[in-house]
Amino acid sequence: MTKVIVQGKARGLVLKTNNPINFLGAVDKQTGTIHDKKHDIFEKSIKDSVLVFPHGVGSSVGAYTIYSLKENGTAPVAMICQKADLTVASGCALANIPMIIVSSDEFESIENGKELEVDTESSNVLN
Amino acid sequence: MEFTKEEEKALNGEMGETLQTAYRILLATGEATNAESLIPIKWAHLSGVNYNTIGDSGEEFLRNISKDAKVKVKTTVNPMGFDVDHISEFDHIDNDFVEKQKSIRDSYIRMGVEPTFSCTPYDIFDLPQKDTQVSFAESNAAIFANSLGGLKTNKESAFSALASAITGKSPYSDLRKDGFEIPTTIRMKLENPNELDFGLLGFFAGKVADTSVNISGVSQPNRRSCKSLCGGMGTSGTCAKFQFVDEENNSSEKIDFGKEEMQKIHDELNTSDNGDLITLGSPQLGLEEISDLSNMLKGKSFQKRCMIFCSRAVQNQARHLDYTNEIERAGGEILSDCCTCLTPLIDTNEVDSVITNSVKGAYYLKNSTGVDVNLKPLSKIVQEETN
Repeated sequence: MTKVIVQGKARGLVLKTNNPINFLGAVDKQTGTIHDKKHDIFEKSIKDSVLVFPHGVGSSVGAYTIYSLKENGTAPVAMICQKADLTVASGCALANIPMIIVSSDEFESIENGKELEVDTESSNVLN
Repeated sequence: MEFTKEEEKALNGEMGETLQTAYRILLATGEATNAESLIPIKWAHLSGVNYNTIGDSGEEFLRNISKDAKVKVKTTVNPMGFDVDHISEFDHIDNDFVEKQKSIRDSYIRMGVEPTFSCTPYDIFDLPQKDTQVSFAESNAAIFANSLGGLKTNKESAFSALASAITGKSPYSDLRKDGFEIPTTIRMKLENPNELDFGLLGFFAGKVADTSVNISGVSQPNRRSCKSLCGGMGTSGTCAKFQFVDEENNSSEKIDFGKEEMQKIHDELNTSDNGDLITLGSPQLGLEEISDLSNMLKGKSFQKRCMIFCSRAVQNQARHLDYTNEIERAGGEILSDCCTCLTPLIDTNEVDSVITNSVKGAYYLKNSTGVDVNLKPLSKIVQEETN
């Protein structure tokens, strides 16, 4: 089951991690690079990606980080999570970044590096 | 998500851009929490005040929205980057930072907030009656409100709490309802835990729990330990509520937190055996903690610089009651309106490593400020770092 949290349509390359993301603590909002050394996508840039991660964690101010990424042109084009959290949901809502929740099976099946389109108006959502 | 006709109008922009933005956020957070509708809230507490965290885009956003946005309910705000009374003593902070921070402060004041600049609103105000619906963004405050304050809130984000402040509403999520089942119980196995152990327990629980968690094996921790638990839990995960349970005769999943689990979290956050600077207060210290600290410091002096963070309201009370004399005599610098987490007051050209008893502080010192951390309980800090 796919659930739409923020509507929209976008296409990009999947950047996938199985670790939750603390946007305030782990992401450089100027560059979009993950700077938490303990994170498995350390030094990877989330810019223009379809970012696939289980859910957001940590500071509520992470919502501002998502908004800043968008303003700085370093944001993902879409986000796909397994579980919704308010920080990511509200950050994406204000920044107009399409965001959806997918089931564990769907989450598993998304391949890192693959081109993917998110379209919340389409019946498939993921293409 | 079902909106009323009025809410629908606001979402469609018929009541102006600000309310449209607010309802767009409530729609997304409502979907995210599987809520069916919005309910009124009595008090909002906002995060997103420190220029260090929200940056230029945040400053600009607030400057724009504050031209017509007004809060509809009592609204308190989180710490900012510095203490206005002491900023001139911190040479490494440039004018641009000071100006941008003041702009953010002024934007919030223009919207009608109470200028508390504190992450511990529960230490400043009497809490409203049991089961009152509130919207707290600061994670330690949300967890405290739900778990110890008898209030009901989501673990709001900076934007969802702002949307609540402007509309007076929030999604009616499970956390706001009575009688939902808590699926996980953490069994606290440490004996005579101090406040640092409680912070580590919180960090552990936040990692393994979903939105709520039971904790067994704990008997009436003091306020310092409770706040440490809330701070740790808020840092690592999405958990918004805990409850202490006596018996384990429920059907929830049981997870032990013993020495091994504690050590693992400790090793993750503690990256140094010593430090150049001590910080106390993340969450900011309350009056009781300031009083305790003043007693612990009798006849002692810090051998290193020690920054002590509390809210302006608590500092004023503490001065009135003379708790601050002993602390300042011992060399402690009492700072308000800001906090260990993400303050630019720590000059990373001068400081390589910070000593603190805060698990929450440790995480942000390490990951955001970019310094090493020596974690130890307050009793040990006083014992080892004073003479």
